[in-house]
Amino acid sequence: MRRLAGMQSVWILGVLLVIVAAFSVAAGTKFLSTSNFSLISQNIAVWAVLGVGMTFVIITSGIDLSIGSVLVFSSVVAAKIMEAVGGDGWSTAFIGILGALVAGIAWGTLNGFLVAKAKIPPLIVTLGALSVALGLAQVITSGIDIRSVPMALTDFNTYIKIVGIPALPFVALVVVIAGGIVLHKTRFGRYTFAIGSNELGARRVGINVDRHLIYVYALSGACAGLGAVLALAQFGTTTIAGQSLTNLNVIAAVVIGGTSIFGGQGSIFGTVVGLFIPAVLQAGFVIIGVEAFWQGVAVGSVLVAAVYVDQSRRAAAQRGSSRPSILSLVKVKQRTVS
Amino acid sequence: MAPLLEARGLSRSFGHVRALDNASFDIEAGEVVALIGDNGAGKSTMVKALTGNLAVDAGEVWFRGDRVVITSPHQASGMGMEVVYQDLALAPHLNPVQNMFLGREIPRRGLLGFLGFMDEKLMRARAEAGFAELGGTVTAFSSPVGSMSGGQRQQIAIVRAISWADQIVFLDEPTAALGVVQTKNVLDTIKRVRDKGIAVVLISHSMPHVLEVADRIQVMRLGTRVATMPARGTTVEQLVGAMTGALDMKDVNGSGDT
Repeated sequence: MRRLAGMQSVWILGVLLVIVAAFSVAAGTKFLSTSNFSLISQNIAVWAVLGVGMTFVIITSGIDLSIGSVLVFSSVVAAKIMEAVGGDGWSTAFIGILGALVAGIAWGTLNGFLVAKAKIPPLIVTLGALSVALGLAQVITSGIDIRSVPMALTDFNTYIKIVGIPALPFVALVVVIAGGIVLHKTRFGRYTFAIGSNELGARRVGINVDRHLIYVYALSGACAGLGAVLALAQFGTTTIAGQSLTNLNVIAAVVIGGTSIFGGQGSIFGTVVGLFIPAVLQAGFVIIGVEAFWQGVAVGSVLVAAVYVDQSRRAAAQRGSSRPSILSLVKVKQRTVS
Repeated sequence: MAPLLEARGLSRSFGHVRALDNASFDIEAGEVVALIGDNGAGKSTMVKALTGNLAVDAGEVWFRGDRVVITSPHQASGMGMEVVYQDLALAPHLNPVQNMFLGREIPRRGLLGFLGFMDEKLMRARAEAGFAELGGTVTAFSSPVGSMSGGQRQQIAIVRAISWADQIVFLDEPTAALGVVQTKNVLDTIKRVRDKGIAVVLISHSMPHVLEVADRIQVMRLGTRVATMPARGTTVEQLVGAMTGALDMKDVNGSGDT
């Protein structure tokens, strides 16, 4: 079904291009400027990193609701460590980064263990982790954000550009490309698809499904840890109250990008496109003077439409037809629109 | 000569149900043995016990003259035994090549292989050779298995099994969901597998199919082997008589019957 999954992300890419074209017509160069897209890419950098881990998790037919809270927890751990070490240099920042990654991986591993070994549904496990991780972060900080982020880290966000790309989006790009390669080219990725497609079958051919699931959730936790570092660099403070919808936004992007919530298919490329749609909508609405609240309306509609297309495609595949009617319908419509 | 694989007096209970009750089984190298019996007679349980999917309460398994204890499907695979399950255990989103090598991917050479990269070209070439050898009807090697017909899926599962098994292939109801043409293909495939020198254990409800491809038929009833007969010269009526035990129409739930 890889070819069809490709079709869904291609379709959604078409939707993105239509949105970009529409805003370009409406707002002209103000929208199509480098600075605007630089801003957009900066806004989705953290989510893109989280989206890589989430794509793996959803392809196994799991879900990780805890990423926002794990991000907060990891950033609090990192900030506390960096506060204790003191200083504004890279050495301090490095210890903090390490702390954030360790905290994220620890949460992810715990999630994975409970899903794979204790057989608790992922929805419940990560819902619990969502609550516990955020609660612990608030306990550690008494609910007050820590602002002692080393200059090295905030400067990295503000001043550094790598091959013309701002630092945060560049880091995200590296993670996205690495994630795509691992997912589509390596045995680890192949097993991820296989488990989501037929878990029992994967067990029968000798794949260590439990261990693999733990790795996948640990990967999602690691992405949340790295996301915590990027968020610290971006905002110069922990964002304890600011991540309550992060999980849902990332999940929406992954699903809009053509990754099936039922598992077995998906792509990192689709996730990235799925992240751009809400970000572009938001930026575009601001520029053309539409209230940004409409972004929520638009994204929600796209999400439901994407899942509807996914489902009718599955139904069509089960009936044995190679191409479902709804997809071709949408395609025709889209062609006439553009 | 000792049989290739032999079970002696296997017993296994699930609560009050005796799924296997002092049951025996044997198969020679290069032989097609059909395992038949009514629903709940213990056929699938026997296969599970022989392939490391189920621990038995009592009894012995002998492989090429040695007593063995098979505790995992992995171990059975290592001994050259593969099972084609009734549900086929294929991943519908993956293509035939990916399914065939699932869990046995060929790594790329050198550092890339160490990092988990796979030699897709080599796997595809070997898979195509495997399908060609069985005269298969699978030609779309990059389409997902889920989009294929039941017969093609069956064939993919069988080709996967015989690619890795060099001793015995177990087929659990391989023709149950198939049409006439696909059934014929599967039966032809079984004969070709036998001609390669690999033993085949065939579980089936279809007496004509059993009589067509099997060399010997072993009949199970109420968790035990009640008859062994050569396929040649045996009639459907005789098989049905052995399966039902003449008058006894109860299934294995009545544990007091034995």
